[in-house]
Amino acid sequence: MTLGLGPAEWQVVNLSLKVAIWATLASLPFGILAAIALARGRFWGREVLNIAVHLPLVLPPVVTGYLLLVLFGSQGPLGRFFETTLGLTFAFRWTGAALACAIMAFPLMVRAIRLALEAVDPKLEEAAATLGASRLHIFATVTLPLMLPGILAGSVLGFAKALGEFGATITFVSNIPGQTQTIPTAIYSLLQVPGQENAALRLILISIALSAAALVASEWLARNMAKRVRGS
Amino acid sequence: MSILLSLHHRFPDMELSIDCTLEGGLTAIFGPSGAGKTSVLRAVAGLLHPDQGRLQIGERLLLDTGAGISVATADRRIGYVFQEPRLFPHMTVAANLRYGEARAKGHALPLGFDPLVALLGLGDLLKRRPATLSGGEGQRVALGRALLSAPDLLLMDEPLSALDTRRKAELLPYFERLRDQVGVPILYVSHDVSEVARLADTVILMEKGQMRAIGPAADVFAGGETGDQISRDVAGAILHVIVAGYDERDGLTEARIGQHPIWVPGRVGAVGDRLRLRLDARDVMLMRELPQGISALNVLPATVLGIAAGPGSGALVRLDHQGQALVARVTKRSVRALGLKPGLALHAIVKSMSVTQERVGTG
Repeated sequence: MTLGLGPAEWQVVNLSLKVAIWATLASLPFGILAAIALARGRFWGREVLNIAVHLPLVLPPVVTGYLLLVLFGSQGPLGRFFETTLGLTFAFRWTGAALACAIMAFPLMVRAIRLALEAVDPKLEEAAATLGASRLHIFATVTLPLMLPGILAGSVLGFAKALGEFGATITFVSNIPGQTQTIPTAIYSLLQVPGQENAALRLILISIALSAAALVASEWLARNMAKRVRGS
Repeated sequence: MSILLSLHHRFPDMELSIDCTLEGGLTAIFGPSGAGKTSVLRAVAGLLHPDQGRLQIGERLLLDTGAGISVATADRRIGYVFQEPRLFPHMTVAANLRYGEARAKGHALPLGFDPLVALLGLGDLLKRRPATLSGGEGQRVALGRALLSAPDLLLMDEPLSALDTRRKAELLPYFERLRDQVGVPILYVSHDVSEVARLADTVILMEKGQMRAIGPAADVFAGGETGDQISRDVAGAILHVIVAGYDERDGLTEARIGQHPIWVPGRVGAVGDRLRLRLDARDVMLMRELPQGISALNVLPATVLGIAAGPGSGALVRLDHQGQALVARVTKRSVRALGLKPGLALHAIVKSMSVTQERVGTG
């Protein structure tokens, strides 16, 4: 048994990383906004937003994938909108895989960021206001820096979740080698074919290594950032 | 610069009501916990929106609920030192101090960065993080930070209440220097009589949300005309004296009111310094004849101004000593036995040892 990866396997790993990184980075600003709205917002429909954000966590992934297909497919209303305005196509492309991963990872990311925001002492923001800082300036100089450990933890968690996403991805963008085939869908394909257990095992080991690395990095980042933020 | 303040706000369990005009210096809002003192500061800072209110500092109208005017906290130019330092934990002390600099641009600072750092003794702390500071150090930084934002008014909300006695004693001289040298009007909230007596020029007495009395500190603590404005626990005199010398052998400082000496234990200040002494009304004894063979060192000739009999066995006797108010808390029986009445000349006796260090301040 060899652990050396062939070009096709490298392609799978690269695509998975690309999908997960984009899913994390593109959803981060929305994750921060959603966390702020849920933690601090006093508006009608806050509960609706809360449910919408958390729905992917409890829905069967195949349902989420199907809804994405209906909304963001080439005939879907949002799919057509993005196609005509931004030239961005999701259906059966890696971008679609990234979208599916982002949606599935979103609740985890928002939860972590929201917890971090709720841990920021509003008394510090009051003090900043008495020193003449505008609300935006307070957010940029006090709230956001103090939330940073939580934002990082949420991002790493989201990234790890995105790497492992299977159900919504395969439903929405299928399992096209070189286009939308990520590590989990590739493992699934290999296990369908007799005699491919070794290739599957290699991807499984890579998957375990990436996930473990993400968790270690998240722990390390959280501890160091927390230390820097508290200044002790 | 005069400050016009009027606030009326209904809380579920209390009605807040205060109307006053302040003329610079340090004004203490004094009263028991739950009197609504902090709410007054929060409304002044714009952190609480009163049902009705008006606030004008000099020419600047900051709040007028009738006209729908309420300037945002950030634009009020009012510094706030809270009970706890509230320093930003992710910034160094220096960065904390400079946080309000943006607002200070284009406005005359009461004191520049370096002189203020020197005044508050922050030089060695600049590179440190707030988590490594003691409570007293943290409050000094918070004070510096507020002043460097060039406030027109400084609010201080029980800034010493979270500190132990020793740290309090360390910090009080800084507050006295601030009051005497920086010139920003200060609104200072406290329920500690020794703190207020040492620091305040003017005292606002509050109880259950209502303003009960306002006036020079010495007048308010003397109990006013009727004596019922101040509780028996805090009634006392604030004497302004000048240091005249130090007796090496006995370890006593000689201070004077006019030509009359008052002896204070320990070495306090230098010759010519102005001091203020708080004399608790319960530490003052009255005698009609000049006493002989008595251990108390301070015998002050005084004239009775008024007597306020309380509901219990005690009475508050207000006296005049060379134009300064003295207060003695005695029993009603003594008032009768001595035949005390307004205009009567007698002697007020004060044990030197009752003037403890915490009761001696500058200014």
